[in-house]
Formats: sequence, C-alpha cells, structure tokens
Amino acid sequence: MTPPPADPAVELRGITKRFPGTLANDAVDLTVRRGEIHALMGENGAGKSTLMSILYGMTRADAGSVRVDGREADFASPGDAMAAGLGMVHQSFKLFDSLSVAENVVYAAEPRRFGLVDRAAARRRVRVLAEEHGLAVDPDARVGDLPVGLRQRVEILKLLHRGARTLILDEPTAVLTPAEADTLFAVLKSLAGQGRTVILVTHKLREVLEGSDRVTVLRDGRVVARLVTAETSADEIAAAMTGRAVELDRIHAPGTPGDVVLDVSGLTTDGVREASLTVRAGEIVGIAGVAGNGQSELIEALAGLRPTTGGRVSLLDADITHASATERRLKGLAYVPEDRHAVGTAPAASVAENLAMGHHRTSLSSRGLLAPAGVRAHARQLIDRFGIKASAPEVPASALSGGNLQKLLIGRELAHEAPLLLVEQPTRGVDIGAIQNIHDQLIAYRDAGHAVLLVSAELSEIRGLADRVLVMYEGRITASYDKDEADERTLGLAMAGGTSSGAAVTVEAVDRHEQADVD
Amino acid sequence: MFFDSDLLMSALRALTPILLAALGGAICERAGVFNIGLEGMMLMGCFTAVTTSWFTGSPWLGVLAAALAAAAYSLILAVGTVTLRGDAVVLGVAMNLLAVGLTSFLLRTIFGVQGTFDDPSLAGLPLIGGLSPLAYLSWAAVAVAAVMLSRHVWGLRLRGVGEAPDAAATLGVSPAQYKYAAVLLSGVLCGLAGAQLALGNVTLFTENMTAGRGWIAVVAVMLGRALPLGVLLAALLFGLAEAAGFRLQGLGLPQQATDAAPYVVTLGALFLTTARRRRRVRPSSTGATS
Repeated sequence: MTPPPADPAVELRGITKRFPGTLANDAVDLTVRRGEIHALMGENGAGKSTLMSILYGMTRADAGSVRVDGREADFASPGDAMAAGLGMVHQSFKLFDSLSVAENVVYAAEPRRFGLVDRAAARRRVRVLAEEHGLAVDPDARVGDLPVGLRQRVEILKLLHRGARTLILDEPTAVLTPAEADTLFAVLKSLAGQGRTVILVTHKLREVLEGSDRVTVLRDGRVVARLVTAETSADEIAAAMTGRAVELDRIHAPGTPGDVVLDVSGLTTDGVREASLTVRAGEIVGIAGVAGNGQSELIEALAGLRPTTGGRVSLLDADITHASATERRLKGLAYVPEDRHAVGTAPAASVAENLAMGHHRTSLSSRGLLAPAGVRAHARQLIDRFGIKASAPEVPASALSGGNLQKLLIGRELAHEAPLLLVEQPTRGVDIGAIQNIHDQLIAYRDAGHAVLLVSAELSEIRGLADRVLVMYEGRITASYDKDEADERTLGLAMAGGTSSGAAVTVEAVDRHEQADVD
Repeated sequence: MFFDSDLLMSALRALTPILLAALGGAICERAGVFNIGLEGMMLMGCFTAVTTSWFTGSPWLGVLAAALAAAAYSLILAVGTVTLRGDAVVLGVAMNLLAVGLTSFLLRTIFGVQGTFDDPSLAGLPLIGGLSPLAYLSWAAVAVAAVMLSRHVWGLRLRGVGEAPDAAATLGVSPAQYKYAAVLLSGVLCGLAGAQLALGNVTLFTENMTAGRGWIAVVAVMLGRALPLGVLLAALLFGLAEAAGFRLQGLGLPQQATDAAPYVVTLGALFLTTARRRRRVRPSSTGATS
C-alpha cells in the first residue's frame, strides 16, 4: 500500500441539496484521490447528477464544502470550475457539429495571431494532444461527420486543451459499442497513470469493475457504500444501488418455438442488404451488432417506417412487404422503438393518452370519438399491470423518469397482444431494478406464445433473452447462433466483422440456419 | 443593347441597400437569431436619415443617425428574443408593421405631409464614380464580415453560439452577449441600408419606401446560406432584377408588371434552392439494389 497523497483531487464534505419535494443530496461526503479512476454509482434519481453539478458550479449546494486540490472552492459557474482544473464530459455531448475538430477543441481558448484564430497552431495542438493521450482524430474533420466514439474523443481533447487535471465523465459509455468503451477505458487509465484524476458517473456495473479503482454508491441522495473495486463484486454494488439483492445477467431458459410468424427474405432498404430471417411464435430472436450496422433500418423497414426496396416480408403468411405501418399493426405487429422520447411517446400528452395511442383504433373509440372513461380505465389497468410510477394518469408523459417512460411504452405495446413484437433497446438508460422487470415481461410475453424480434446494444441482454442470436455487420446479417453458442467472445468477434477463424464459423452458422429456415 | 453599363450601374445602386441589410441578417443567422425585422429596421433608417439631414443640413449626420436609430430599434428584437425568449418571427413581423405606422405618423407630425416628403434643399449623399460612398462601404463590409466570421476569434465564437448555445455556455461564452451584438450590428447595417435608400438612390422619404427590400434581404440570407459572399451574389441577383425591371418599363411594359420583377426572381430563387436541397437529402434508393 502506498501512502495516500497529501491532498485529494476532490473532496466534498456534507453536501446537501434540497429541491422542492426531494432531498437530492443528504450530507454526501466524497473523496477522490489524485490519479485514481473513481466511479460514482447509483440508479437514476439517486443524486449523482446533482452532486456533480454542484461540484462543477452548475448548481449551488444548500450546505457543505467543496475542496479541489486541497483548496476551498465555491464555483459560481462551470467556467470557475474549469479554471480550477476540473473538466466535464456531459452525457449529451456539447459540440458544434458544423465546426471542425480543431475549432471545437480550441473554442473559447483559441491560439491567436492578430486577433484571428491561428488555425495551424490549433491543428498542431490537437495533433500533439491526440498523440500524447492516444486519442487519434483528424483535426480537420467536421465534428458532425464523426461517429459517436470519436466525438467523445473531441470532448476529452477539449478538456485536456484547457489543462483539466480532473475529468468528470457522465455516463460515458451509454452511446458506445463494447469495443469503443474498451478503447475509452484504456485512454482513461493512461490519463490516470499520468496523475490525472477521473470521476466516472455511471450505472453500468461491468465498466466499473473493469475500469475503476474505487467506487462510491449513492442511493436516495445518501452515500450507501464506499468500495475498493478490487475487493468487491458486481452483486455487492448492485445490492448497494438497489437496496436489495439483484440477480444480474440472468440467462433465461429457452422458449418453445412454434409456427413461423415473421418471415423475411432478402429484405433490402437503405442501409440493409438482403436480410433474411424468421421469427417463430414463442421465440425471441436477438439482433446483435455495433450501432449503425443496419439494425435500426431493418426494424424500421419491418415496422413500415422505411420503404422496402427489395425482398419479401410476410407476417402470419400475409405479404406485408409494402404495407403501411397501420396495416402492419392491424395484421398483428407491435413495436417498441429505440427512441422512446421522440418516436415512442408524445412527451406533452398525458400518460393516459400515451397509453391509449394505437389502442385508439381498436378498443377505445366508437364512431371516431375517443371514449374518455375507456381511456382512463385502460390507463389505470396498464399502470397497475406494468408498475408504472405516475402520480396520476393525467400528468404529461414528460414528467416520468426514463425507466417509467420505458415501462409505459413497453406496457402499451405488450397490451396489444400482437403475435409479433419488434423491440429496440428495451433497457437503454433504465435502472437495474427496472431492467429486471422489463426482461421478465418480455419473457412472459414470449412464453404466452408470441414472437419477439429484439435489437439491443447490450450483449448481456441479448444473451440473457434471445433464443437465437443474429449478428448484423455493414447492413447484412452475417452470423446466426443458437442460445448456447452465443457467448460474449463469439458475438464480439462477429460484430467486429469476424476475423479469419471467426468468419469460417460465421458462414457455417448462417448456412445451417438458412437450411433450418427452409425446412 | 439590353445589357449595358447603365444597367450595371442601376443594378449596383439597387444592390446596396439589399446587400447591407442582408449582411446584417446573415450575421444574426450565424448567431442563431432569425431576423425578419430587417424591413422595419431599414425603414426606420430611411426616416431618420432624411429627418436628420433636413434639420442639420448634413447627409453624413443623417447616415450616422440612421445607423444609431435602427440599432436602437433592433433592441426590440434583441430584448424580445434573447432576454425574454419571445418568438423571433412574431417580433420581426411586429417590428415591420410598427415601423410603417411609426414613420408615417412621424412624417405627418414633423413635416406635416402625407405620403412623400421631398424638398430641393434636402441634402443627399455625394456620388463617387456614379455611386454613393455607402455602396463602396457595403462591398468593404462583405470582405470584413467574411474574414470576421470565418477567421476571427469573435466570428468563431459567434458561429458556435448560433449552432449550439449550450455548448458555448459550458465553455464560458455567453450566448446572450453574442446574440445581442449580432442583432445590434444588423440594426446598424439596416440603418445604413435605409440611409442609402433615402439619401443615396433618391433624396426623399415616402411612406413604406423600403417596399419589401428587407424581405428580399431575408431571402438573400437564405439563398446565400448566411455566407457573406453568398449573400453578395444573391443580393446582386436581386439588384439586377430590379434594374432590369426599370429597363423593361422603359421599353413600354406596364409598371405593375416590371415592379414585380425582383419578387418574381425571389420566388423563383427560393423554389429552385429548396428543390435542389430536397433532391440532395433524398437517399439514393436505387444504389442498394443495383
């Protein structure tokens, strides 16, 4: 054991913050040592974000003290915090899409010549920083053209350019693929190795276990655990976060597939090439793949939101290749889209209205008019059945937390009892407790004899739920595995396009399944 | 000959007010403020220029006062959209309507006339090579704006503010400050545009004498994609259309038809650019099947 350094990088003492109706932080102490990667964990609403916005000068605490590098600090704005050597990468990136990487990095701290931005110096600066920290990115690229992983690099470069000694990353891997996340952690470790400090705000257990030195867990605004990563386990952290024992990464028992419900052959659309697959009743088929390899486009084409340019799609033996979204739904399809805020729900409409959407066509209206009593009863029933926490059915959907909104969306779609459910990223940004609930619902839906096509960026989710796993790469379905052969390594390899040995396995697997599908 | 040097000079005269106003609009656009109050600001400039020149005898003081008055008038937009977070379209339209009423009212109370005020002793701007000094100033303004926006620290920050105010704020740049500056600058430029219209092209004030030039400037901003050089080209197109309209009138076409020329060109230009943009975003659906 090395003796702890004289001054911690960040020291919060007795931070208390009350918002109307909630105590967001209740006398929170947090000590982050210099040169460590410190994970701040907790479910949504546990107070992580409030604590970090107090540290970063975005919110004032009601009580408590902040010390940075041993000095008393009382930041009135993020600018003050930056001047004291802090830097934050927000969950939704704060970048200028139309500007170049170099312009983004130097913005508001520009190298100048005669009042003009010294572009050559800015480019050089980006190259030097990029090389020093393993954050390679083209300084002249337009940020809007970059994939998410590279944009995050730009965010980190921005902080390094300003000389940040302590980096706060808010849910940094929420938008990254497993491979990108691994790269990020390698970068963070090297930064920590150089004496910089990293505070990781997250609710993902895997990355905390692999990437952090110590963990502080918040629940209901209070610190409930301080752990050394090397001496703890995922179960212990999860229990601290939720306040009860949670079974993580359950692999559910396989289903009993019946007749083919969805039959897709050679489907082609913008971003998808000749995709063929079948989903049977009582079966969950999972689609794994790095984001942007055509999964979203495939699901949108199946849901009728994107024109199909080639191939054939049939649902319960009816040809729906060119059917509209409404026709598809009437023929027996329900859909949980990836973006629950913009596509899945109408945030300004009430919870009851959101729950009625889609059902308005069938059970809740007569002669074109909605039956208000029916809408209310329907809402109450679904709120009970799916455990949606809403103060009243009349509150706007935007008042629900992410997890509850997702429960609303999934509940509404499951209630259609449609033979086929398309579901994208069912648990993205959802708490551990709610994840379990959603997974149980999906399994129950399958066991009731429905077909489910699942797209997820979480490999553990795909492995836990799917009876069969397909892998998409560059718009094609490149591999297919049964539940027992779909381990994380195999899938990861296939998602990356497959190596020489992986490719052989892949091709065989596809052939086997194509034969099976023909039978 | 239909196209000759007279037509070119006439086009350059018509160009100046549109160009100045459109530059102001472009700067606002870059700062993320949709400014459709150009017309009203310009009209305030026209009236102030004529009034000041009449009472002081100096057209130059008229130009200065026009710039200041229009800048003050533009504060309505700045306070309304930036500080009070109002709707820029509603405010812009209101400003345009208010300017028409206010200048007509003041025309009556100060000069005791209705419709038009002109007097042989009202001093206009001198001409240099057949053009008002403000014409040369407007060309210089294009170059300055181009360099400021693309290369200067201020321009970089302004563009950042216009694109992602949140992101700018996290880096300690105040979006409000830059937006105020952009709107005030557009006020100054519109004031100059008004002075040019009332003391440069002609020497008089007529009710609603901007006659839609501010709206044409708004279109020039869109057409030129808020780039100073693009705005110059777009404004030149409208200048040519206006000059060609005069010329056609000389050839015996009815005035009502020729007056419509710049607006017809505006509509045509808008139609063509939106059609082109739409073609570009449409995905190449044939590529995947080939």
